[in-house]
Amino acid sequence: MSLRSPEAGISAYRIAAMVERYWYLLRSSWPRLIELVYWPAVQMLMWGFLQLYVAQTDSFFARAGGTFIGAVLLWDILFRGQLGFSVSFLEEMWSRNLANLMMSPLKPVEFIISLMIMSVVRLLIGMIPVSLLAIAFFGFNLYGMGLALAAFFANLILTSWAVGIFVSGLVLRNGLGAENLAWTIMFIFLPLTCVYYPVAVLPGWLQYFAWALPPTYVFEGMRALLIDRVFRADLMLQAFALNIVFFTAGSFGFLQLLNSARRNGSLLQTGE
Amino acid sequence: MLSAIMIDTPQAIVADRLVKEYKSGMAVAGVSFALPVGSITGLLGGNGAGKTTTIAMIMGLVTPTSGTVKVLGAEMPRQRYRVLHRMNFESPYVEMPMRLTVRQNLTVFARLYGVDHIGERIAELAGELDLADFLDRPTGKLSAGQKTRVSLAKALLNRPEVLLLDEPTASLDPDTADWVRGHLERYRVERRATVLLASHNMAEVERLCERVIIMKRGKIEDDDTPAALLARYGRTTLEEVFLDVARGRQNLEAAQ
Repeated sequence: MSLRSPEAGISAYRIAAMVERYWYLLRSSWPRLIELVYWPAVQMLMWGFLQLYVAQTDSFFARAGGTFIGAVLLWDILFRGQLGFSVSFLEEMWSRNLANLMMSPLKPVEFIISLMIMSVVRLLIGMIPVSLLAIAFFGFNLYGMGLALAAFFANLILTSWAVGIFVSGLVLRNGLGAENLAWTIMFIFLPLTCVYYPVAVLPGWLQYFAWALPPTYVFEGMRALLIDRVFRADLMLQAFALNIVFFTAGSFGFLQLLNSARRNGSLLQTGE
Repeated sequence: MLSAIMIDTPQAIVADRLVKEYKSGMAVAGVSFALPVGSITGLLGGNGAGKTTTIAMIMGLVTPTSGTVKVLGAEMPRQRYRVLHRMNFESPYVEMPMRLTVRQNLTVFARLYGVDHIGERIAELAGELDLADFLDRPTGKLSAGQKTRVSLAKALLNRPEVLLLDEPTASLDPDTADWVRGHLERYRVERRATVLLASHNMAEVERLCERVIIMKRGKIEDDDTPAALLARYGRTTLEEVFLDVARGRQNLEAAQ
């Protein structure tokens, strides 16, 4: 069975077609390209200068150099990864193209894989310039984390995809009225996953929720690396195990919502 | 009953007691029909008659509440990936990404449908549907008529055996609309394609269709050749027949 065959399990050819479609879209609008870099750059600069200021007045922060910048860069992987996934999906809703896709031989899993690829592409377009700015302004080299960075990245992007897949299902089922979720849902992770502070800061009962979220392990792992100079592989493995649960639940939820959309006819009515 | 209208020729689309009920009410209330391979059928009905829902169930976009619909032998939507590459559709209510050029849009859809020799196929369609002048223009910058032609090109990209058309000549000037109808007729004959056409343009249906299904409130109100319908209702145009059905006049006359 060829890659193009409509009956092939998963067709790389159709996935490539969708990636090509999103790439055409991305390069057709320079404001959208700039936007990918703009907010991460602003955030990194703000937290970087705050860290410089605090480090001058507190010896702990002076020792823990880069934790704020590291946190904001890793947070952007989580946040922008989900946003990159969801925005590509929303493009189909905005352009009223979804029925064309759902009627084509493109399978949901191929659609999702193409969105995952585009989330990484959009993320890299934003993150690479910003990480270079972090070196230039603050001497913080994200890539100095080495293999640990790969483990952080893999875990964060998995969570972002899981959330992005589930939110896309909600938008598919409920129309563009649910669009706001795509922009805001990840912010609940900001306080709970302890991006800028240790889990120990949270009240005891809230710590249970925090440890149920994969990114919490990543941010704890980042602090262990930057402050104590220790790579906590155990934290990464726990995050990965939780991510498998999240990703499975997100994908299952998406398929259920897609089936529900087929039942209630919302694939035809993609407005609000 | 469906069995009564089934004939020996192979059927491209078979709907059997198809029902779709939404929370808001009954959209399709048990319709049955079979469309032979190579036939062209008009699906008529006023707003809310159930045409779009029926077509959506044929495309696999909507799951029937009960009953079945088979396209080229595959039950929709369960077995849709067996046949989606052999069918296509066009509707003015579904658009293509505005910021992509016509060529980019057609290229992406050609890849999704597994079309061979994509460049040649697009050039061929551009010639047939007169798209060459705006192939490299963003789709969003086209006039309504140009967009309709592009949608038609997308619908014909994979040389579908089953073609579902929803208002295919909406927004077209009379000359272009007539030309598109001619193109569809030729395509159907040359490819022996099965075409289901939903339209409010009765002259178009009269010219193109060898059979007309009239729906009202989710049910098939009548189903016959245009000539037989005209004779039965004692009318000279399908528009008059449509109005009779829509306003319930056939019942009044029958009562008289």
